[in-house]
Amino acid sequence: MAGLLTPLTTWRGRITALLLVLLGLLPWYAPWLDAAGIISQKFALTLMTRVLILAIAAVSLNLILGYGGMVSFGHAVYIGLGGYTVGIMAHHGVQDGFLQFPLAIGLSALLALAIGALSLRTRGVYFIMLTLAFAQLLYYVGVGLEAYGGDDGLTINRRSDFAGLLPTRGLDKIVAFYIVSFVVLVLVLWLVHRLVNARFGMALRGTKSNETRMQALGFATFHYRLAAFVIAGAICGLAGALLANHTEFISPAMMHWTRSGDLIVMVVLGGMGSLFGPLYGAIAFLLLEEFLPSLLRLVLTWLHGGISAVLGGAAIGTLDAWLRLAEYWQIALGTIMILVVLYARGGIDSLFGRPRHG
Amino acid sequence: MTLLIEQTLNGIQLGLLMFLLAAGLTLVFGIMDLVNLAHGSLYMFGAYFCASFTAWTDSFVIGALLALPAALLLGVIVEVVVARKLYRRDHLDHVLATFGLILIANDLVRLVWGPDGRRIPLPAWLNQPIYLTPDLPYPTYRFAVIVVGAAVALFLYWLVTRTRTGMWIRAGASNRTMIGALGINVELLFTLVFGLGAVLAALAGLMAAPIVTVSIGMGDNILILAFVIIVIGGIGSIKGAFIAAMIVGMIDTLGRALLPDLLKTFLSVAAANTAAPALSSMMIYLLMAGVLVWRSTGLFGARG
Amino acid sequence: MAETMLKVDSLVKRFGGLVATDSLSLDVRAGEVHALIGPNGAGKTTLIAQLSGFLQPDSGRITFDGRDITLLPAAARVRLGLSRSFQITSVLRDFTALDNVALAEQARQGHSFRFWRSARADRSLRAPGRAALEEVGLAHRADDPAASLSHGEQRQLEVAMAMACDPRLLLLDEPMAGMGPEESARMVDLLRRLRGRRTMLLIEHDMDAVFALADRITVLVYGRAIATGTPAEIRANEAVRTAYLGEAESG
Repeated sequence: MAGLLTPLTTWRGRITALLLVLLGLLPWYAPWLDAAGIISQKFALTLMTRVLILAIAAVSLNLILGYGGMVSFGHAVYIGLGGYTVGIMAHHGVQDGFLQFPLAIGLSALLALAIGALSLRTRGVYFIMLTLAFAQLLYYVGVGLEAYGGDDGLTINRRSDFAGLLPTRGLDKIVAFYIVSFVVLVLVLWLVHRLVNARFGMALRGTKSNETRMQALGFATFHYRLAAFVIAGAICGLAGALLANHTEFISPAMMHWTRSGDLIVMVVLGGMGSLFGPLYGAIAFLLLEEFLPSLLRLVLTWLHGGISAVLGGAAIGTLDAWLRLAEYWQIALGTIMILVVLYARGGIDSLFGRPRHG
Repeated sequence: MTLLIEQTLNGIQLGLLMFLLAAGLTLVFGIMDLVNLAHGSLYMFGAYFCASFTAWTDSFVIGALLALPAALLLGVIVEVVVARKLYRRDHLDHVLATFGLILIANDLVRLVWGPDGRRIPLPAWLNQPIYLTPDLPYPTYRFAVIVVGAAVALFLYWLVTRTRTGMWIRAGASNRTMIGALGINVELLFTLVFGLGAVLAALAGLMAAPIVTVSIGMGDNILILAFVIIVIGGIGSIKGAFIAAMIVGMIDTLGRALLPDLLKTFLSVAAANTAAPALSSMMIYLLMAGVLVWRSTGLFGARG
Repeated sequence: MAETMLKVDSLVKRFGGLVATDSLSLDVRAGEVHALIGPNGAGKTTLIAQLSGFLQPDSGRITFDGRDITLLPAAARVRLGLSRSFQITSVLRDFTALDNVALAEQARQGHSFRFWRSARADRSLRAPGRAALEEVGLAHRADDPAASLSHGEQRQLEVAMAMACDPRLLLLDEPMAGMGPEESARMVDLLRRLRGRRTMLLIEHDMDAVFALADRITVLVYGRAIATGTPAEIRANEAVRTAYLGEAESG
């Protein structure tokens, strides 16, 4: 594990370490939060499991987007493929996780190999659109699969079985799955950390920085880009397999292009090309999605109280009417995204100090 | 045979609608190098504006005519407030910021018009079949869409190839540094092009509205189709957008009409009915992938 | 006479109506410094791009060590021992100076499909990298980001990277472009030290540098080689004088 964290002497390192400890220990202090009436234990664990799984997907996207400069607009397709692999196998009575997961990862890698081999021949916006097109292609395959629910998707009746090691019901199931997701995330972060600092990663990052120069140095850049594309697809397929287990449901919506957009937002919101950026991004994005309405309600209550104290309550309408505005929290989310793009380009990660090269 | 002619006309009609949407997108893309995911939102706003104005004036035609300047105004506002700041940024920034615009647009529509979809009632004279030949009835409205779409396409062709503004637009689409050198007010030209794109998108949206129901997010999926079209046609090329839009319109319409029967020969009826629309959608993406693998800048594209 | 290392046979490259390379033939002998001069627009950079594999010629043949490399991609040519520097500084700006040369060394050592060991802790990359920086006089800037280097230092780094590939033939595209007199002198010094150890094809506008360094010179005008010879022969060549040296300033 050594070398995964930035030195604890920097703020950046301390914040990251604190975050990992908080995430890792959540199952142990969640009951306290519940008892204190802050948040239900089950809800907290379920929400944060989703955060961890999508963080894995975002970390995988960061490998190609942040380190490789490849703007893949179809990354959610591997979440879909990973999920459908688990769902379809479960549907046919194959519950063994030791079969489901390797297959989900392997198929995603194969799909990434095919998509990458074709898409990486193009550049710029044509690459963006080609990755998007292949993802939409698979999306419509999902829609067309009448046997597996078509547009409506498919409920998974039993989660993956890992030799009976994981509890299958109640709170234990939720806690165990949270821990599994956390461990997988940490392993994936470690793997990506090793990758991007190894010779392979140097070649990949050099290609992002200046592809012509890398070719002039003798690097067959296409091969490194393609390899990174395949690795990212495989990791994201793993995230998809986890997500299907988490939601116990698969549908084409998992790989709709707006889901791919969400992943890009997470990576950029968190900070491209920094190891932990996608984790910050996933946390920020999904928590905003979850809590922005409540947050807005809070702000609106304050505002209403303040303004009505000055102008008199009758002039500005009831608090209820104001609070209804909080339903439209996506306006706030969209505004935040635009502001981040226009004015805070380094993402959350850059707020904690100079991005580290590696 | 009648079915085939009718479906071909439907394909042309869909193709023309897609062309209107794609033309603005490809101009904005070609000239300002802006990937505008929110272009589909302008399509949606066009439909909602038209729905409101139609209800207000009791006339679809007047409603439509009022919706266009409203869309122009909206387009100019979006250009000045957000889009303008993005021109010098990279495509990734465009994707993110305009993705944010989509979220704002969808919730804004929900706030103003409510969550339910709307239907735009057609006046009686548009709501009856027209007989192209004595035994070939075709909905008058759809025929009107074809006429308007074709007229606008011709107008665009005239604008781009025969006028001074068009010369600037062509110069800009093929070589952006050149328009600066021509001594044109570049900022104004950009705002105008963006506004023109907004009007075209709104026109497509409001013409589609009586056929498809006005609803939140109606622009999101069709936007991706529009992108597929401009990528197949080659970014910045109006001609490419037109040809690609026609191909896509045909594939989609004929695929949906003919594939179910074809599939039923070896699939169950239910499976065929689910698979056919999915398959015709897939064919469009396959076409795009094929074109790009064959020519990495689309049919008529100059640059990537 | 030394053997021919690079042989160019009636190479043609057109851009639309413009003939950038006009049935050009040229040979570079092992061990020599061969300079390529010519007025702006003579097609020098276009030629380098074709020799290094970044542009495909329309017709003609390029042979390196007796092997036809006309259709070989750029990266493969580097592996055969033919590497280039760029006229417009092309270093990896987000990386440190040492990273830049270490990457060149990494490429030289073969494929980079090594996924686990940290490349920055790899002595087999860092040591030759440091040596390369030492050679061009950049050792003291090893750990600074390439973007923070001065223009002259970036030019030195550019050459260090091309050299770190350990090429048998070095294609140098105006190594002194945009340099002040002092920096130029240092670069000439560096190239003089390399002379004899490496075969070089040198494009340069600085005539003093060219005549000081080159064993042979080829003059390019409108994509054609109008003369090849020793510096003395070129100086005396009538056609060259009218076409090129006679001009007030080549720019």
